[in-house]
Amino acid sequence: MALYSEKVMDHFRNPRNVGVIENADAVGEVGNAKCGDIMKIYLKIDNDVITDVKFETFGCGSAIASASMATELIKGKPLSEALALTNKAVVEALDGLPAHKVHCSVLAEEVIKKALQDYYERNGIEYDRTQFPDCDSCEHCSI
Amino acid sequence: MKTIYADNAATTKMSKTALEAMMPYFTEIYGNPSSLHTPGQEAAEALWQAREDIAACIGAEAREITFTSGGSEADNQAIISAARSGARKNKKHIISTAVEHHAVLHTLRRLEKEGFAVTLLDVQPDGSVTPEQVKAAIRPDTCLVTVMFANNEIGTVNPIREIGAVCREAKVLFHTDAVQAVGHLPINVGEMNIDMLSASAHKFHGPKGTGFLYAKRGVVLTNVIDGGAQERGKRAGTENIPAIMGMAAALKEACANMEENTAKMIAVRDRLIAGLSEIPKSVLNGSRDHRLPGNVNFCFEGIEGESILLLLDDKGVCASSGSACTSGSLDPSHVLLAIGRPHEIAHGSLRLSVDESVTLEDADYIINAVKQTVEYLRNMSPVWRDLISGKKEFTIKD
Repeated sequence: MALYSEKVMDHFRNPRNVGVIENADAVGEVGNAKCGDIMKIYLKIDNDVITDVKFETFGCGSAIASASMATELIKGKPLSEALALTNKAVVEALDGLPAHKVHCSVLAEEVIKKALQDYYERNGIEYDRTQFPDCDSCEHCSI
Repeated sequence: MKTIYADNAATTKMSKTALEAMMPYFTEIYGNPSSLHTPGQEAAEALWQAREDIAACIGAEAREITFTSGGSEADNQAIISAARSGARKNKKHIISTAVEHHAVLHTLRRLEKEGFAVTLLDVQPDGSVTPEQVKAAIRPDTCLVTVMFANNEIGTVNPIREIGAVCREAKVLFHTDAVQAVGHLPINVGEMNIDMLSASAHKFHGPKGTGFLYAKRGVVLTNVIDGGAQERGKRAGTENIPAIMGMAAALKEACANMEENTAKMIAVRDRLIAGLSEIPKSVLNGSRDHRLPGNVNFCFEGIEGESILLLLDDKGVCASSGSACTSGSLDPSHVLLAIGRPHEIAHGSLRLSVDESVTLEDADYIINAVKQTVEYLRNMSPVWRDLISGKKEFTIKD
């Protein structure tokens, strides 16, 4: 069996929504270069709906594919739906990831939450902190 | 689309000569060399001839060659043998380097748990160790120095003869993991002061699953596989005659054509190094002068190795990387870390290892493919964006 599903390879080869949004309404970044993967996303938000999304990734094939898939899953969706997106949903949409690559989908989930947190902070919107990852004390890279 | 196979340090294509040499031993001369009947004795004779041929290629005697399942087993047996002999004299210190293959490092780790002391020498920025470093590390209780002939990742060739001389003078056994060197570099175990040497057939166009350990006469080997009396009682199990015949044929062929093949490979290697050096914020890993003829290894800042490999594969270029994602662990290559590359740079490494079939035209195709791939990945990398906007400082200066 090949390492990656056809879906993963498709999103890796033809990533959707790559790039940067100047004057984005929200930006999120997770991961670190030491571990070998970083994701960054930019959101345009209008009336609590994600009207545009772009991403950049430093990482392996599944990191690029996970970020690409995650942007497709939240584009045009209300913030509540984006907030509810799980890494499991990303993995399923990609027709699975190898066990040692599942953390890439976790980064995809977390980067969206990071961006939404940024949006709430910028606009002084009250939010439930427990729903957001604490990236600063995350030890998944253990470096 | 054409496929350019540039991962010969991982494994090579079997040569036709080697394949043809193997064939009769599957269906015609299939006897067990331990059997007394004619088919058995024919196999025994072939086995001895293979042993002589292999020995001749490295300046050894036939009885100094023990056939194994490959390089890893040879490394295990060499180190364990020296350790057991050392322990009998209460010598339980072993010297090696930080950039060895895991077949060496993990065997040493096991011995450490058994109470041996292991000194892993740091390497020079080019990945080599010096005879002076070895000399300074030798203690009265040192029973073995094991230093690889040439590094499998970055291609650096060590001053083996000089390191061997230091060991000889101190009366310490010297083993070298020569898996990447045998069939590619001239080797004479006598002139190079080598007591034990490991080799693997599939790195020089022979079959997989076979290799050999050279052990100088007088070096006592310890079994790692117990059973029958094959290989003078030092390695049990019916010999894999077809594979051994293939290995002997491949090595003879490699040694006979070494000069011609090396010249071709060096031309391609140097073209690749020159071409890839043009990529901004790239750096060559390993020695420029003391380098395997077919090895090229670069780090590219701001991108990750697995992505490079997948995209190159789409363009028909087969390569490898020392990134964490390709090693299946969280850490990038221990070799790249040992030569001082930081984690984030080590993740963006690319190894190309060519054989004599790769042409200068192929090299130009590879250079172009790598340039496109690096540029494409950098354009979607937040790290690269931070670097070019000045938010972060470049690690690679050029």
